[in-house]
Amino acid sequence: MSEEPILAVEGLTIDIPMAQGTLHAVRGIDFELNRGETLCIVGESGSGKSLTSLAVMGLLPKRLECTARKLAFCGTELQGLPPSAMRQLRGNRMAMIFQEPMTSLNPAYTIGDQLAEALLLHRRVGKAEARTRAVELLGKVGITAAESRLSQYPHQLSGGLRQRVMIAMALMCEPELVIADEPTTALDVTIQAQILRLLVDLQREMNMAMILVTHDLGVVARVADKVAVMYAGEVVEQGTAREIFENPSHPYTQGLLRCIPVPGRTKPGEHLGSIPGIVPSLIGKVEGCAFRTRCDLAESACAKPIPIHETEGGHSWRCIHSHMDRMPA
Amino acid sequence: MASNIDTLAQEIQGPSPAALLRRRVFGHYGLLFGVTVLIVIVALAVLAPLLAGQDPYAQSLVARMKPPFWMEGSDPNHLLGTDHLGRDYLARLLYGARISLAIGLIAALISGLIGTTMGVAAGYFGGRVDLVVTFLINVRLAMPVVLVALAVVAVLGGSLQVVIVVLGFLLWDRFAVVMRSSTLQVRGLEYVNAAKAIGCSTRRIILSEIMPNILNNLIVVMTLEMAHAILLEAALSFLGLGVQPPTPSWGLMISEGKQMMLFEPWVIAIPGVALFILVLAINLLGDGLRDITAPENRS
Amino acid sequence: MLTFALKRLGLAVLVALTVSAVSFSLLYLSGDPASAMAGETATSADIESIRTLYGFDRPFLVQYADWLFNALQGDFGQSYYFKLPVSQLIADRLSITMLLGVCGISFALVTAIPLGVAAAVRPNSFIDRTALFISVMGQAMPSFWFGLVLIVIFSIQLNWLPPSGSGGWKNFIMPTVVLGYYAMPAIMRLTRAGMLEVLNADYIRTARAKGAGEWRVMFKHALRNAVVPVVSLAAVQMGFMLGGSIVVESIFALHGAGYLAWESIGRNDLPTVQALILVFAGFYIVFTFLSDLANAWLDPRIRVG
Repeated sequence: MSEEPILAVEGLTIDIPMAQGTLHAVRGIDFELNRGETLCIVGESGSGKSLTSLAVMGLLPKRLECTARKLAFCGTELQGLPPSAMRQLRGNRMAMIFQEPMTSLNPAYTIGDQLAEALLLHRRVGKAEARTRAVELLGKVGITAAESRLSQYPHQLSGGLRQRVMIAMALMCEPELVIADEPTTALDVTIQAQILRLLVDLQREMNMAMILVTHDLGVVARVADKVAVMYAGEVVEQGTAREIFENPSHPYTQGLLRCIPVPGRTKPGEHLGSIPGIVPSLIGKVEGCAFRTRCDLAESACAKPIPIHETEGGHSWRCIHSHMDRMPA
Repeated sequence: MASNIDTLAQEIQGPSPAALLRRRVFGHYGLLFGVTVLIVIVALAVLAPLLAGQDPYAQSLVARMKPPFWMEGSDPNHLLGTDHLGRDYLARLLYGARISLAIGLIAALISGLIGTTMGVAAGYFGGRVDLVVTFLINVRLAMPVVLVALAVVAVLGGSLQVVIVVLGFLLWDRFAVVMRSSTLQVRGLEYVNAAKAIGCSTRRIILSEIMPNILNNLIVVMTLEMAHAILLEAALSFLGLGVQPPTPSWGLMISEGKQMMLFEPWVIAIPGVALFILVLAINLLGDGLRDITAPENRS
Repeated sequence: MLTFALKRLGLAVLVALTVSAVSFSLLYLSGDPASAMAGETATSADIESIRTLYGFDRPFLVQYADWLFNALQGDFGQSYYFKLPVSQLIADRLSITMLLGVCGISFALVTAIPLGVAAAVRPNSFIDRTALFISVMGQAMPSFWFGLVLIVIFSIQLNWLPPSGSGGWKNFIMPTVVLGYYAMPAIMRLTRAGMLEVLNADYIRTARAKGAGEWRVMFKHALRNAVVPVVSLAAVQMGFMLGGSIVVESIFALHGAGYLAWESIGRNDLPTVQALILVFAGFYIVFTFLSDLANAWLDPRIRVG
C-alpha cells in the first residue's frame, strides 16, 4: 500500500513504577491502521488496551513510562513531539471517546460550551459559528431539539444522551482518527446497540479511521475490519476480522470465541466456554507466554521466548504452536 | 495456577495491621515532631517547680529587665532574663505552660462534651433533632467568638476558671459538625443495623457501636480545639480581658512586654515563640492523627 | 433558584434573631447596666433612678422586645460612654473594619488559591511542601504576636511602615497581612484538596483529549469545580475575620469597629457591645447567605434542579 497509514505503532511499551516493582502493563505491541479502517482491540480488563489508546493520544499520566520504536500519526512521529504540537493534533485530527459518559463531561459548563470549545481550540471561528457546528453535530448524533440542548448541563441528560454528546464533541473537528475506549460499556444494553450503530455510521460517513477498544466480541464481529487480541500487555493475535473469526490461531483467541454464543449454532442450555484461571501479575520480569498458566496446550517451551507466526494476509499470532499443528478448536 | 497461590501467599504474609500502623506513625515526621515536642512541654510544665528554681511571682526592683543568656549583661540566675518587675522570665514561662495546657485541655473537654453530645444526637436521631442542632451550630458560628468571650469575661471578671468555662462553652461548634457527619456515616453501616435488629437499646448502640468508630475523629478535633483554646486564651489575656495579672499567662507576658518591645524585642519573642511551638506541636499531632487514621491513606 | 434563595434567607433571619436573643440575655444576665451607666461614684439612689429611667426594672422579655423593636429600625440606643447614638458610632467606624476585612480576605485568596493549585498540580514537590509549611506555620501563629513581630521588624527596625493609626494606605499593609494570614491556611488546604480530587476526574481527561492546554485545563476546567467549596469557606472566614478584627485593630490602633468593641468592653458600654455583636454576626450571616447564592450560581447542579 502506497498511502501512509493513519497510525503506525511498533514496539509500544508502557511501564508503571510501583512500590512492589515495575508493572509491565504493555509489552512491545505493533499495529497499523489505514484511512477509513476500524481496528478493534479486544482483551480482558487489565490487558493494556485502554493504556494503549491513551498512549496514542499522549494522555498517559506522567509517572507512567512509555516507549516505542515507532508511534507515528500520518507519518509524523508522536514521541518527542512538543506538547503544543501534540495539543494541535488532539481533539483536532485525533479524538477520543471515553468509557464513562456520566463523569466525562464537565459538570460546570453547558453542553454548548463544551462542544464549542472543541472547535474553538483548533479553528479560527467565532462563537456563533461554533454553536452552529455544535447544533449540526448534535443533529448528526441523533439528538433532537439540538438548539435547546446547548444550554443544558450534563446532569440534566441521561447516560445515553451524554455519550452522544461525547461523540459529537469528538467529531467537532472532523478528525482522521477516533479512538473509542469501551464507549458503550457503561450504558444500558438497549442503548449500547444504538450508540455503536451511530458510531459506525458516522465513521463510514466521515471516512475516519477508528480504534474501538472493547471486550465484547459480538461488537467486534459487527464492526471490525481488523482485530488485535490483547492478553497481559501483548497483542497475542491480530489480523483481519474475517481471519480472526474464521481461523483463530492463538489458544487465547480460541478460548474467547468459545465464550460467545453463536446464533443458530449454540443450543439453548448448552454450556458456553470459559477460560479458567486469572491473568498473571505483570510486576517484575515477564518471560515466555503469559497465557501458559491458563492454556491447555502449554509445554515447557512456553516459558521461553515465543516466536511470531505470520501469514501472507497479515494474520499473525504469538504462540509456539504454528497454525498447522494446533489442536482443533 | 502457581501465580494464584503466590498472590494468596503474598496477601497472608503481608504486614499485619499493627505493623502497618507502626510504619505509618514512624513514617510521619510531622506526627513524630508534634508528639515529641508536646511530651517535652508537658514534662517542663509538670516539673516547673523543680526546673524553675525561682518563684514566678517574686518581684525584684534591682533585677529588672535583665537580658536573656545569649545577650550581653545576662545574669546566670535568670537564664531567660527578667521582666519589667524583676520576675524571673524562665520561671514565668514554665508556669505559663501549665496555664496554657490546663486551659487547652479543660476547655477542649468541656466543649468536646457539649459538641459531641449535640453532634452524635443530631447524626443518630436525624429529623427534628438534627434540624435543631444544625440551627444551633449556625447560631454559634454567627457569634463573633473573640468579641463574645471578651464581653462575658469582662462582665464576670477575668479569672482562670471563668476563661476556661467561657471558652469551653464557645468552642463546641467544630465538635458538633464533625461528630454529626461521622455519626451519619457510621449510622447507616451494617453492624449498627444488626445491633438494632437484635434489640440493643439506643444508649447501648451509641456507646458501644457508634462511639468507638468515631473516636479517632473526636480525638483529632480535640487536639485542634485545644490549640484553638490556647490561642484564644492568649489573645484574650493579651487584650487585658482574659487571665489577670500577676498570673504568668503567655498572652499576658506578651501584653506586658509590649511597652518594652521597642528596645528589648526578646520580651515578646520568648513567650511568643513558646506559644507558637506549643500550638504547632498540638496541630501537628492532630494533623498527623488525622493522616494516619484516614482511610484513603491506608495503602 | 428563587425558592432556594428564599429558604436560605428565612434561615438567615432566624439565625440573626437567635443570636440577638442569646447575646442580649448573656449581657443582661451577667451585669447590671444601671450601675455600669451610673459610674463608680454613684449612690444607690442614683442607680435606682437610672434603673427606672431606662426601664432596666422591667421584665427581661419586655426589655428584649423593646430593644429588638428599636434595633430593627436601626436604633441601638445610646452609648453610655460617648453619650451618642450607638448606630452612628458604629457607622463611623465600620468602613475601616470593612476595608480591612476586604483587604484581608483578598490577600488570603490571592496567596492561598495559586499556592493550593500549584501544590495540587505537583503533589509532594518542593512547592507542595513549601505551601504545607506556610499553612502549618499560619495555623500555629498567634495573630496578635505575629502583628507585634511585624511591627518590630517593619516599623521599628526598618522604619518602613507606620506601627499604628488609620491615616493612610500604609497603615493597612501589616493588618492586612496579619488578618489574611489567619484565613489563608484553611483556604489553601481546601483548594489543594479540591484540586487534587478534581484533577483525577474524567472530565479533565476529556478536556485534555480536546487539545486544551494545561493552563486552560487547570483554570477553566478544574479550578471552576474545585472552587465551589472554597467560596463557602472564604465567606465563613470573612465573617470570622471581621469578628477577629478586634485583635488586629487593637494591636495596630486602627480605629475601626473592632477597636470600638475593645474600648467599649473595657468601659462596660453595654449597648455598644450588644450592637457590635449583632453587627458582626450580621456580617457573618450575610456572607454565608451570599456564598450559598454564589455556590448555586457556580454549581449548575444546585441552580438548575
